[in-house]
Amino acid sequence: MTTAVPALGETGTGPARSPSPRVRPGRRTPFWLLLPAVLVLVPLFAYPIYQLGLISVLDFRQAQVSGGQPTRFVGFDNYAALLHDGRFWSVLLATVGFAAACVLATLAVGAAFAVLLTRVGRWPRLALSLAAMAAWAAPAVTGSTVWMFLFDANLGLVNQVLGLDGFNWTYGRYTTFALVGAAVVWHSFPFVMITLYAGIAAIPDGVLEAAELDGASGWQSFRRVVVPMLRPLITIVVIQSIIWDFKIFTQIYVMTGGGGIAGQNLTLNVYAYQQAFAASEYGLGSAIGVVMMVILLAVTLLYLRVLRRGGEPL
Amino acid sequence: MNARLAAFLAALTATGLLVTGCAPSVSSNSDGADEKSGTLRVWLFDEPNRAPKEQVVNEAVAEFTAAHPGVTVDVGYIPVATRAEKFKGAFNDPASAPDVVEYGNTDLPEYVAAGGLAEIGSDVAAWSEGADISSDLRASATIDGKLYGVPWYVGIRALYYRTDVFTELGLAPPTSRDQLVAAARRIRAAKPEMFGLAVGGKYTYAAMPFLWDAGGDLAVKQGSGYVPAINSAASRAGVEAYTDLIAPDNCPPQQCADLTGGKTVELFASGKAGMGILGNFNRGAVEAGAVKGRYAVVPLPGAKAGTIAPAFAGGNNLGIMRNTKRRTLAVDFLRLLGGKKYQQKMYAAMGNLPGLTSARTELAASEPFLKPFFDTMAAGTRFVPLDPGWGKIDAQAVIPTMLEKIVTGKASVDQATDEAAAAMQTAFRR
Repeated sequence: MTTAVPALGETGTGPARSPSPRVRPGRRTPFWLLLPAVLVLVPLFAYPIYQLGLISVLDFRQAQVSGGQPTRFVGFDNYAALLHDGRFWSVLLATVGFAAACVLATLAVGAAFAVLLTRVGRWPRLALSLAAMAAWAAPAVTGSTVWMFLFDANLGLVNQVLGLDGFNWTYGRYTTFALVGAAVVWHSFPFVMITLYAGIAAIPDGVLEAAELDGASGWQSFRRVVVPMLRPLITIVVIQSIIWDFKIFTQIYVMTGGGGIAGQNLTLNVYAYQQAFAASEYGLGSAIGVVMMVILLAVTLLYLRVLRRGGEPL
Repeated sequence: MNARLAAFLAALTATGLLVTGCAPSVSSNSDGADEKSGTLRVWLFDEPNRAPKEQVVNEAVAEFTAAHPGVTVDVGYIPVATRAEKFKGAFNDPASAPDVVEYGNTDLPEYVAAGGLAEIGSDVAAWSEGADISSDLRASATIDGKLYGVPWYVGIRALYYRTDVFTELGLAPPTSRDQLVAAARRIRAAKPEMFGLAVGGKYTYAAMPFLWDAGGDLAVKQGSGYVPAINSAASRAGVEAYTDLIAPDNCPPQQCADLTGGKTVELFASGKAGMGILGNFNRGAVEAGAVKGRYAVVPLPGAKAGTIAPAFAGGNNLGIMRNTKRRTLAVDFLRLLGGKKYQQKMYAAMGNLPGLTSARTELAASEPFLKPFFDTMAAGTRFVPLDPGWGKIDAQAVIPTMLEKIVTGKASVDQATDEAAAAMQTAFRR
């Protein structure tokens, strides 16, 4: 940030005052200033995470919650059960693959539309922005349900238009993932589009003009000028999308009826809900939660590292 | 982060831990007083068309408060889809819990294991209408010999079929499995836009009768717990009989592998299926559909000609919460609402089959529609394992996963049933 308030004593336009110990901020002041944030963040985040970690090492089911049976410490049994469950690994793999595909598709679509926004006139731009905003604003459950109406095997508009009457989009594993992925991208590309559009719009015209004068083609100036200047923004939307798509729940849960045929479309969050929370296995569910948190924490640390390397102060 | 800040945060966190204690919160069990006045809280299930139910319940409440001065009854209607969360909440926080509850009988073992429901065996024994509960239904409210509810109403599934289609194709209502399968294939062959018998991979309660009819079972009682029997030879034969129906000559896997019970109701009601395994409680939906006046019902036939495949006796019980502070009042209200008079009123209002035998006998005389359902009940009904593990097996979709793996060719019957048995074993052992 470059807008730091100048230190006291330097702002005076009158005769320079000698710095007095009374106005100089004490060494403890930063901590007092942090206190309000800490008071909010600790109860909101630290305590639930602490509970999550605690429950994950307990045998904690409905009978324990309601006091019917005593709570028992089981160490890392829940984690061991999870790591020895072949299903968990295949679901984790599917989740990573699905999230990666969704992130790439979201970025490609978002970036393409962002560039398009800069090229079209005022009215098409307004219409496109409004349409994208509407997709963004649609609640995930509503959007997913509408998508399923459109892709219904017998009565859906898509099948009628394509003449595929009776084709069940959620039968094959990959067509299902593709359909759900399309819905996820539809829900999340507007964020990428708006962010990148704002970035592109902020690039001074002079820079692009200079590139043009140097004989750069449209693609070259995008590749060599626009993308490097947008790097910090791209980093942010990439990491956001990864976190977002890794934790995907609603679209899978609604569109595949809780994991698809024989559970072939389960992702980690839906799996945790179905295997653990709906089945009142809170200990196991918390263990899955901790594992997900660790994975996402790794991604976040990467994010912070990349940001720091990119020259952005934290 | 510098050391001072770290120390500060650590101190703050430690304070927080001291204040909140080191264990996740669990509720204590108060052994309640028995107050004879105040507000009696009742939870009933919300239904898509609740008005008639509410009217009957309000009548019962009026009768109850007239007989019990100084008592008010607060009836809450809870959504069926989120009942598990509501009940868990009630068990965890007795202060905001109801006294009398309606609950699904498949949920019973979990609630009992959670210590949430009161045993009411002596209260029912001392009740004039208590002997009117058949042993099949009593068993669905009993765990380890203790009774936890009064069957309020039951739902029974039977075979709905299209009378116009059967007449057109010269078919007779099936009285054996072979006839059922032949009729289903005949309809599909003659009318490719229809399914013969609508069956689905996510429709557990349609698959169960096939399993039970073949002499199999989901699990069998052994000692104090259950062991899976889904992979026994008899059970496999039943599973195969059901999954064989999800085939291109009746109900292609592409369209039927992920059908739920609700979807088969829609298909039958909209005229997309020649037959369906539907409940007496689905009559309204079918009447509201395109096939109104063009359908009839017979019991679902068993493999042996002339037999009836055992149906699942799903239904709702009325019970009393263990932490109630007004037990006497709760028992009085349960006897009133669960008694014959209001069970019959509930049938008239909602079409729910009464849980009391004499109430059903009286209905059978006046309602010919119900005959196939009563015949099915008379032939004997079955139930899911009365073990808290069943709730888990249900939530984890063990049976639908098994059926879907078979019909999509991902696993053989032997493999899929073995996998299901292993998953059930894990659930029962906890």
